[in-house]
Amino acid sequence: MVSDRLVLSVDNLQTNFQVGNQEISVVRGVSFAAKAGQTLAIVGESGCGKSVTVHSVMQLLPKNGKIVGGKVTFYGSDKVYELTSLKPFGKEMRSVRGTRIGMVFQDPMASLNPVYKVGDQVAENLLQHSKMTKKQARERIVEMFASLGIPDPERRVDDYPHQFSGGMKQRVMIAIAMICNPDLLIADEPTTALDVTIQAQIMELIGSLKAEKGKSIILITHNMGLVAENADEVAVMYMGRIVEQGSVEQIFHEPCHPYTKALLRSVPVLGRGRAQRLETIGGSTPSPSECVEGCEFANRCEYVSPKCWSHPIPSYEVEDNHLVRCVLFATSEDKR
Amino acid sequence: MIEEQITEVDKCNSKNARPPLSTDIIFEINDLKKYYPVTAGFFRKNVGYVKALEGVSVTINRGETLGVVGESGCGKTTFGKTMMMLQRPTAGKLLFHFPEGIQDLTALGGKDLMPFRKRVQMIFQDPYSALNPSKKVFDAFDEPLLVHGHRDPKERKEKIVKSLEMVNLKADYMYRYPHEFSGGQRQRICIARALCIGPEMVICDEPVSALDVSVQAQVLNLMKDLQKELGLTYVFIAHDLSVVQYMSDKIMVMYLGRIVEMADSSLLYDSPLHPYTQALLSAVPVPSIDAKRKRIILQGDVPSPINEPSGCPFHPRCRNAVEICKNTQPELKLAAKDSNHWVACHLASSTNYE
Repeated sequence: MVSDRLVLSVDNLQTNFQVGNQEISVVRGVSFAAKAGQTLAIVGESGCGKSVTVHSVMQLLPKNGKIVGGKVTFYGSDKVYELTSLKPFGKEMRSVRGTRIGMVFQDPMASLNPVYKVGDQVAENLLQHSKMTKKQARERIVEMFASLGIPDPERRVDDYPHQFSGGMKQRVMIAIAMICNPDLLIADEPTTALDVTIQAQIMELIGSLKAEKGKSIILITHNMGLVAENADEVAVMYMGRIVEQGSVEQIFHEPCHPYTKALLRSVPVLGRGRAQRLETIGGSTPSPSECVEGCEFANRCEYVSPKCWSHPIPSYEVEDNHLVRCVLFATSEDKR
Repeated sequence: MIEEQITEVDKCNSKNARPPLSTDIIFEINDLKKYYPVTAGFFRKNVGYVKALEGVSVTINRGETLGVVGESGCGKTTFGKTMMMLQRPTAGKLLFHFPEGIQDLTALGGKDLMPFRKRVQMIFQDPYSALNPSKKVFDAFDEPLLVHGHRDPKERKEKIVKSLEMVNLKADYMYRYPHEFSGGQRQRICIARALCIGPEMVICDEPVSALDVSVQAQVLNLMKDLQKELGLTYVFIAHDLSVVQYMSDKIMVMYLGRIVEMADSSLLYDSPLHPYTQALLSAVPVPSIDAKRKRIILQGDVPSPINEPSGCPFHPRCRNAVEICKNTQPELKLAAKDSNHWVACHLASSTNYE
């Protein structure tokens, strides 16, 4: 199902948050495109704006958040939606959420309402978006639960969230996201709250949605291991900007941006044992309110030069579709 | 055959344990059990027990790192807390090797535990809740020093400065409040606090799981350097196998309150014998796109420790399970005679080294 058809394109998206009297820009001009039938992974540390980016796409920002610039376009199978121009709670945006784009959130324990039966929570989506009777909806949900590997689905639809384990709750969340058969699934750290063995189950399930049903997936994570095993395309974010993007081979074989390199070297790799020495990135992630001119990573970077601070840095193309936002690669661009 | 092995092991255990001071053992844990009662109804009638620890025995050598891994709910945090005597064990012995001789901690209580606490300290998972937000860093250090008998304020201050410098923090940071620090700095403060009274052993309960990857590496490297410098013994509890393997000499894999496998770090990775360890290892995502591995996906979830499955606790999820696994509980025994590889599986010899 690999094709070059786009499902979502984000162009220079900017999102600000109002905190007290201060306006903090959290997403500072992010551009990426998700292709049909592929997995795009957005990686970054906490606070780098990866969640805010996808929440902006879905227009699910909290009250003090505001999209101040950029364009988000969703290419549905029948219609093209300009998401940023739609009213956040208008009819059209609501029909996009759920039926066109499904979303799985980080914490399955907090995302389900504890006082409703899980079946009813999944049904809400179906009844809202399609003309189905409750009975038909129930049948559809039982089918969905079975296909997601929830044992004894006939009985389980009438259970409450507390009767489910963490992994099973995340399956229910995926059921909610996928019940209206959307083209794009956005998974925001879907396995962070889960154990590794359960994480393997859930990632296998998400992978099968892509392989069997041709869905496109945007996976948000901080785990480089998950990226390596599940993604086709990767975008690395730091401080509200994409610092490097390319195919998974490009990112893992020839990482260019110093941050990507450091990120790959700072995680312990199973099997290399005690002998390996982890490389550290000095300092800590700066707060988004400390706005700097030029490169945000410069004060932690080992290759820092005066050029890094001077002016806004564009993204340079080092290879086909391999973009790096670092002055080190400016020269190679000029030679071309 | 099995009995032969066990008695042999017992013999070797007791041989090591007898003469105090001479060997390099620091802590012996014998058949440690911790049950939590489950109550129901108005009269809080006892209806059963959560068996958080079910007969854990392990010996910790001076200067080495024992890694403890397992899924959530397998009892690894209870293990840390119980061996620290923050919670009283239901049964079992905790033999700590003091310079004066071996002492069973379970027989002690209250003030009698002070000499033990001076030697063994703990680092907790969440550096955000481990420091009191209304107290300056100085107070967080001052109190344990005072409690452990450092009466001279000048000496205390010197010690605080020294331990802060040890974790690469400036000495004047001690007059700041915890909210002024980032997560990585806070965890380093917690490490410094644990080290300021000069312990021999530190129990670390998920010390890096609340931290970002780039900061995680800083803390892990620091802990390794400190171990080398001060000759510390670590018990490193974590759910992330790659982190545990990076830190530990010996790894203990837990499942439902029991040790299912225990071996040297590299041995456990190269030739895991228990099917649970194999699945756990294969489930860890590797940040490399060249590594193509056979993945074992476990079915189902960890069973509740209240209603444990019969026989081997892992058999409902095990891909190799046979009849004997359903009825008889396997004992932890040596995989081969001269190895240091312990495994609790009936089929360990037949599933062989992969």
